[in-house]
Amino acid sequence: MSATAEGPVLDIRGLRVTFTGGARPVRAVDDVSLAIARGEVVALLGESGSGKSVTLRSVLRLHPPRKTRIEGTIRVDGTDVMTLEGAALAAFRGKGASMIFQEPMLALDPVYSVGDQIVEAILRHERMSRAQARQRALEWFEHVRIPSPERRLEAYPHEMSGGMRQRAMIALALACNPKLLLADEPTTALDATVQVQILLLLRELQRELGLSMLFVTHDIGVAVEVADRIAVMYAGRIVEIGSVRDVIRTPRHPYTAGLLATRAHGGRLSGNRLPAIAGSPPDLANLPPGCAFAPRCGHAGESCMHEAPPVVAIGAGHEARCVLLKTAA
Amino acid sequence: MRAATAEAFVRSPGYWVTVLRRFARDPVAVGAAMVVLGLILMAVFAPWLAPQDPLQGMTLKRLRPPGTDGHPLGTDELGRDMLSRLIHGARISLFMGIVPVFTALVAGAAIGIVAGYAGGWTNTVLMRTMDVFFAFPSVLLAVALAGALGPGILNSIIALTLVFVPPIARVAESVTTGVRSRDYVEAAKASGAGALTIIRKHVLGNVLGPIFVYAMSLIAVCMILASGLSFLGLGVKPPMPDWGLMLNTLRTAIYTQPLLCALPGVMIFITSISFNIMTDGLRSAMDIKA
Repeated sequence: MSATAEGPVLDIRGLRVTFTGGARPVRAVDDVSLAIARGEVVALLGESGSGKSVTLRSVLRLHPPRKTRIEGTIRVDGTDVMTLEGAALAAFRGKGASMIFQEPMLALDPVYSVGDQIVEAILRHERMSRAQARQRALEWFEHVRIPSPERRLEAYPHEMSGGMRQRAMIALALACNPKLLLADEPTTALDATVQVQILLLLRELQRELGLSMLFVTHDIGVAVEVADRIAVMYAGRIVEIGSVRDVIRTPRHPYTAGLLATRAHGGRLSGNRLPAIAGSPPDLANLPPGCAFAPRCGHAGESCMHEAPPVVAIGAGHEARCVLLKTAA
Repeated sequence: MRAATAEAFVRSPGYWVTVLRRFARDPVAVGAAMVVLGLILMAVFAPWLAPQDPLQGMTLKRLRPPGTDGHPLGTDELGRDMLSRLIHGARISLFMGIVPVFTALVAGAAIGIVAGYAGGWTNTVLMRTMDVFFAFPSVLLAVALAGALGPGILNSIIALTLVFVPPIARVAESVTTGVRSRDYVEAAKASGAGALTIIRKHVLGNVLGPIFVYAMSLIAVCMILASGLSFLGLGVKPPMPDWGLMLNTLRTAIYTQPLLCALPGVMIFITSISFNIMTDGLRSAMDIKA
């Protein structure tokens, strides 16, 4: 339809997010570039404070403008998100890109029925009658496989189970057929059994509707389950990006390798200690001059402490930010 | 077919219906609510309920104890029927308890919500102004304001309103600040809602309930303050029947007819404790989101 129909749905270039609200500016995201093709799912993998959620929220410009400095460009289906203001920004949110939140109990307003909230969201973007919007909400409820959807539309968030709420949240996010779906750890707050169901649902909906999705998670298993590509973030930067297969089977960045090693396997003998990455993530307000991971890295050399590591292409679409790869190549 | 399913939505009970149902399950709160309702009905129908004229006294029958023939609750220092005066007193006492709180609710909620939602300088200016009023104990502030404005019902209503604006504004501000940083506000923003929609639907919807309950709990305090003002001669003027004022005028008879003197105090006590228990029940009934 649009001129850029063949281009990436999401194109982030040189994104840099600095929070200026505190005593010292905190650079939460630094030089992140990422593109998502139509129908592709990319997982942003990282621990708390690695900047994955900040990146996600930047796409919808949800950071308080007075306390945040955002540099770089973000394009969603050709629209430059950074230049949107006022009504254009409101029209973009929910329609151009929409978001699934981590904790549906908190992300749904407790005093309105779930159906009302979806209807409101639809009416914000579509010219249709309330009855038509309601009909569409009902169809989405069926789509996300909520049993007895007519009755559930009238339910309040507290009357639903956690899994059901997250399904409703997904229906709410998809209600206006957004071009890009952002998911902020959508399974973290759920029970383990429900997590699997929600992941399967998301994967199914994604295939069925050809959704493009940016999926934030700290769980490697979830990332593998849902994503086509994985981007590993550390201290605000993408340290390794590649297809799920490449990143999981042949991790090239020491951090990614370390993350994979820390996973508990079923076959592991009980009583053995799980390997861990020593140390803790750096203070974002006080980053080391060189590689942010160097203080915790077993392979770090002298140069790692002083120079920022370059991005090294390893294979097709597989890149990592590490000096070791450069010398090896 | 599709239209038919759309029409066939089974309505699940709304938020307030659920709250009422939960409230109904608390027998103590329901009892208190009945007492409050009874007091309000008593105030409304006072002229029909009172056996005698509350202003007409007989100097020959002064300070009769409760149980006297024709005067089941006795007579006051001017020989007026106590029962009639207590029934009529409910009118002015409840009025003085409720009206200032509701006026303060409107003003305080507006100030608090604006301060809480806007944040920054707006918040600082509004809330520090409120804090200035907070620096005075409420009784002292009410007495000072009523004293400055002069005695009378209207002036004491104004004084009491001013006393209750700061606490309500503070509660409204803190609730609004809490709601503003909630995920559902961000979720609404993320689905394209403007600031006005967010205030109107998501902030007001979540903030008015708790503020209202808090204001209800102030009614008892306000009634006692109003009685205090009347007691000091700053509120209702004699010979109007007001519980606070009656407490004041009967004070002189405390050694001769102690039971009689206590009656207006008993009424104040019953009313304020009923309001308190009722709002407590309402508060816990509204806490269904957790």
